[in-house]
Amino acid sequence: MFKLLLTLIVFLNFFALGSSRMRAIIRTAGLQGAILGLLTLVAHEHIGSRQVIVATLTFAIKGVVIPSLLFRAIRDAHIRREVEPLLGFVPSLLFGGLGTALAVLFAGRLPLDGGTPDAYFVSTALSTILTGFILIIARHKAITQVVGYLILENGIFVFGLLLIEAMPFFVEMGVLLDVFVGVFIMGIIINRIQRTFSSLDTVHLERLKD
Amino acid sequence: MALELILIAALLSAVSGIPSALAGAASRRGQQVSAILGIAASVAGIAAAVQVLGSSGAVERTYLWNLPGGIVRLRADALSAGFLLSIHVISALATVYGLEYWPQAAHPANGRKLRLSWGLMTGAMTLLVVASNAILFLVAWEVMALAGFFLVTTESHKEDVREAGWVYFVATHASSLALFAFFALYRVASGSFDLRPLDEMAAGPATANVLFLLALVGFGIKAGIFPFHVWLPSAHANSPSHVSAMLSGVLIKLGVYGVMRACWLLPVPPLWWGVLLTVLGACSGVYGVVFAIGQHDLKRLLAYHSIENIGIIFLGLGLAVFGQACHEPAWVALGIAGAMLHVWNHGLFKSLLFLGAGSVLHATGTREIDHLGGLAKRMPWTSGLFMVGAAAICGLPPLNGFISELLIYVGYFRVVIAPNFTGWSLGALAIPALGLIGGLAVACFVKVHGAVFLGEARKEFEHPPHEAGLRMLGPMGALAALCFAIGLLPVLAAPGLEAIGAAWASRTAGETLLLGTLAPLELLSMVGPSLLLVALVLFALLAYKGRAAWRAPVPTWGCGYAAPSARMQYTASSFGQMLVGLYRWLLIPRAKPPHVTGLFPASSAFHSEQPDVVLDRAVHPTMKAAAHSVMPLRMFQHGRVQFYALYILLTLLALLAVVST
Repeated sequence: MFKLLLTLIVFLNFFALGSSRMRAIIRTAGLQGAILGLLTLVAHEHIGSRQVIVATLTFAIKGVVIPSLLFRAIRDAHIRREVEPLLGFVPSLLFGGLGTALAVLFAGRLPLDGGTPDAYFVSTALSTILTGFILIIARHKAITQVVGYLILENGIFVFGLLLIEAMPFFVEMGVLLDVFVGVFIMGIIINRIQRTFSSLDTVHLERLKD
Repeated sequence: MALELILIAALLSAVSGIPSALAGAASRRGQQVSAILGIAASVAGIAAAVQVLGSSGAVERTYLWNLPGGIVRLRADALSAGFLLSIHVISALATVYGLEYWPQAAHPANGRKLRLSWGLMTGAMTLLVVASNAILFLVAWEVMALAGFFLVTTESHKEDVREAGWVYFVATHASSLALFAFFALYRVASGSFDLRPLDEMAAGPATANVLFLLALVGFGIKAGIFPFHVWLPSAHANSPSHVSAMLSGVLIKLGVYGVMRACWLLPVPPLWWGVLLTVLGACSGVYGVVFAIGQHDLKRLLAYHSIENIGIIFLGLGLAVFGQACHEPAWVALGIAGAMLHVWNHGLFKSLLFLGAGSVLHATGTREIDHLGGLAKRMPWTSGLFMVGAAAICGLPPLNGFISELLIYVGYFRVVIAPNFTGWSLGALAIPALGLIGGLAVACFVKVHGAVFLGEARKEFEHPPHEAGLRMLGPMGALAALCFAIGLLPVLAAPGLEAIGAAWASRTAGETLLLGTLAPLELLSMVGPSLLLVALVLFALLAYKGRAAWRAPVPTWGCGYAAPSARMQYTASSFGQMLVGLYRWLLIPRAKPPHVTGLFPASSAFHSEQPDVVLDRAVHPTMKAAAHSVMPLRMFQHGRVQFYALYILLTLLALLAVVST
């Protein structure tokens, strides 16, 4: 069951890389978040109150709250698509594929503590993190980059699932809060970029360097 | 029990700024609640410190910590308690002073920031002195340093303040960098982050030497020892005065604490550690006081005296380390007692002086000594209390500075007269240096007190200067009383100092000596008060006999001049001119003398300033050269966010590749 969900996450990675429409990308990231919520419940044999709380909060924050914040942002900024990405959609997909292959390669060889964790988890986590990076690097619009950051976070979260027994509860909660606040702040920054440059193209940010 | 009290003190201090921060921008209530919390914390801190000093041995606690870094180990011994006492006495008094000096209503823009950072800094300091785990120590150190930055930049709308803040910031990070290296190496040598005296076997002489030098740089920057003092003058001069008192009286002492603690951790020292500490102390002392004479900014001048006094403390510490290397318990006892007593004393009289300078600044709005004058008539109490602080810092009896310097003198004289020993040259360096420092300090404070409080006013102020209120004079009075108390009855401080000496020299335990047998403290405690009493009686008699002539309302320079003018007086610059001239080779002052030509010269102006030689001639050029040499790397900072992310990705991939092979 959890293998299916993990495959779905990887599949959504490619979808995010290949799509030019903002709404679709945001929805992809949101769906990934929702799957992560489910995964928290499925991935472990026994389900305690901790798992339920983490799952519910993940589902609510990553799957519902953050996407709706982003939808509001693109509605206010009137953007629909990413035109002229830095790296085209097909090359992005190719790099994504390469990244996933590398992830599978690394996953088997990483010297991880705590026995042999499921290679499935590790490779999904790494591939999602790489996808997030590619999105941040390859796109111009600030919103796509925020989504890239979210996907990167999702990858880290998958990794964290491996450690849910070992990791203190409040660290996990802290991470969730972190993401939430991060997106919140990015929303404000996006608003500012929009107002200052009347565009969300991050090329304009070059002017900020000293 | 004592450790719980210390934790309560740290916690109360840390949260004490919050009520003020939550209250309105001009709320009086917020600042009062904050002050009450801060004072309550200090009462707890002082109680705990006294308790630890009174009991022999150390108290330890270990708490589990649910974060990376493992456990929280706290340990309070007499050394911690000595510093804790200093932190909380001065923090409490300066907090009271701040109520009137920096009221929220008059400073709506930054009063809340000040109180919040103040609380955080005091709390972090409290935790720092009992931290017995390297990670905890570094956390407390960083919180203290950053809160200090926000205190220095309280008035961040001013250009000077921002500049001072940046220098402080760079210096404190350099210090942290050295400390990270220190604790990392310590971890390698000891196998644990717990701070315990290192095994003789665990650390070879090479490791121990590197550890000592790292500690000296890291803690020395914070202590403001020459040549790491570059941040100190401008930071002290540009903060609000009660913050300066706290920085100078307490913050830089924690650098001294660090050096002491590092010596405690490291194995029995080689001779050259003591020699290095003594030489640095002597250089710092002379450098500080010479530069102080060249200043005409009241607070910058006091800041240079901090460098001088840190030098005196290092002279004591050098003696103690030297004594340990030579297995001479008497030198250790005198050196550490002198250094520690000077830590307390400098905290007391320097805070008193900074608070006095704050009162002058509050009343007149200027720190420029050459604009002041004749304030003794307007502010008699401030003038008198400043005088007490000035006499104390010069090491004059019957005040406290005399006692601590005496202990160090006695210790070095013992080194000189030690039979069959070639180390006398150390004493031959330290004793004249101490004498020189003392003499120059007297000259400097004659200049300050004369120019600021005596004579005639040099400038008309918009609002005539007024005496400070009770909440400013009260803390100053308390500090002055403490200066007198230690100076008149040094026997009272002796047991505490002996306990601290025993805790510090725990490696050579069992050999601690009674201070009373090494220095004539009992005699001083009898002679001082009696002489003072005699002097007071004589003064009262004279005052009674000469009451007719008492306070005749005459102008200060009523000596028969036809048209006396306030500009005829010695200015601070002209008073110090001879000494500045003598030390021209070190000071390198900048002056723009006027060109006077012809029989009827046009009006002209004279301007002089005294920049810091180390900062101007060494640090700035080095920094500029460094900035220039890394210029090619600037092409990587092109402002394109995407490429920045690419750098991270490449690093990540490289790391993954490294780990998985």
